[in-house]
Amino acid sequence: MNWSGLENLLSGVNKYSTAFGRIWLSMVFVFRVMVFVVAAQRVWGDESKDFVCNTKQPGCNNVCYDHIFPISHIRLWALQLIFVTCPSLMVMAHVKYREGKDRKYMAGHQGSHLYANPGKKRGGLWWTYLVSLVFKAGFDTSFLYILYRIYHGYDLPKLSKCSLAPCPNTVDCFISRPTEKKIFMLFMVVSSAICILMCILEMIYLIGKRILKMINIRNENQRVVFADQHELTAITPPRSQYRRADPTLAESQLSLSKREKTEGRQKTTLL
Amino acid sequence: MSWPALYAQLVGTNRHSTSLGKVWLSVLFIFRVMVLVVAAESVWGDEQSDFTCNTLQPGCENVCYDQFFPVSHIRLWSLQLVFVSTPTLLVSMYVAYRNHCDKRRILQGQEEELESLKKRRLPIAGALWWTYLCSLVFKMMFEGGFMYALYVVYDGFQMPRLVQCDQWPCPNLVDCFVSRPTEKTIFTIFMATASSICMVLNLAELAYLVEEGTGREEKPAAGRER
Repeated sequence: MNWSGLENLLSGVNKYSTAFGRIWLSMVFVFRVMVFVVAAQRVWGDESKDFVCNTKQPGCNNVCYDHIFPISHIRLWALQLIFVTCPSLMVMAHVKYREGKDRKYMAGHQGSHLYANPGKKRGGLWWTYLVSLVFKAGFDTSFLYILYRIYHGYDLPKLSKCSLAPCPNTVDCFISRPTEKKIFMLFMVVSSAICILMCILEMIYLIGKRILKMINIRNENQRVVFADQHELTAITPPRSQYRRADPTLAESQLSLSKREKTEGRQKTTLL
Repeated sequence: MSWPALYAQLVGTNRHSTSLGKVWLSVLFIFRVMVLVVAAESVWGDEQSDFTCNTLQPGCENVCYDQFFPVSHIRLWSLQLVFVSTPTLLVSMYVAYRNHCDKRRILQGQEEELESLKKRRLPIAGALWWTYLCSLVFKMMFEGGFMYALYVVYDGFQMPRLVQCDQWPCPNLVDCFVSRPTEKTIFTIFMATASSICMVLNLAELAYLVEEGTGREEKPAAGRER
């Protein structure tokens, strides 16, 4: 299992994501995983070997390195990328569960479906998707915060002073390639921040769409209730009210329709 | 995600590129990515371990190396290649969006129609033309930007054999020797040349696209005149 295995696993999630989600996934894999694998890992490759302290005391190098780098940036980023990409698997699991339920229903009810489209974000799946977004943003933020705390604000000093045993006194220790490391750290921090922003935008989009839908449904219902409760009356009164009887006209000439005329003639003959 | 995966992604968009775009993709992957992975990385592999300063002072080598090589060539080229490949993904995102819209319209269509939708080649017109144009402009900007950055950081494309450094904790002005300077210069010039060729290809593609776009607008006007 490596990064390409993870990518294959997550490529199936694209079907059930919004447009924001697809862009987010591309961003993560192109700008973060790829830059991590292709460039950043090499920069940190020799960090332990080329960490040099101004002393010949055996063990001092090791102890100072361990004090300055409790966990290497590379390992933190690898963990961050794994944690950040995994909540999408929750959505996939939910969709697979729905498909399984649908299949069981089909088997029992002669081919009729329980879910018209198991991948559509309705009901429980909408909540799962929202929770996965919250987790993604949460993991990214917490890893950024951990990096900030461990390295005192994304700082990589060229020189650090160390006075732990067995170092004889305060020794100067020099990191390898501090400028290059700082450049890549900034790059990874900025891309994490962009990904967090995209998650937040996606959440706003999802919630906004849902609220809009609910408002539309409510308006529609109100219209139906209004139509039910009020009797529909004609806006204009029937035509005969507007007809002013001409006193000079004969009885037979008063009505305009042939039916009324024949009825009127019948009435007079009956009389 | 690595170079082969990126290549697979970009080859998928080849269907919607012009022929110059296809040539550009081949030049990118054969002459730049492959050379980077297969050759250049081994040349720069021992850059720090074989960077030697004429002093035994611990820390002097680290500090001098950091002063003269703030960003390694290899990292700059890897970033350049990643950034230059990304605008093509813009085009593939747009094509995917178009396919998604069309799929909704022919929802009741048969299976063959949906399959032909995936395999069809959209003509480069309208919004796709603008997307393609934007992607070309971004590609050229990234190429130019990274080449300029390399030129500025290393004061040209030549790797010096000797650099002199007097940063603390070096006791005085020490001589530091870069490992394999000639080989590095050759590869730097090679990558710069390949980058310029890619920029020229992008320019040619831009000109071709603009010509095709304006030609299409004139043709219906000519038809109307008749």
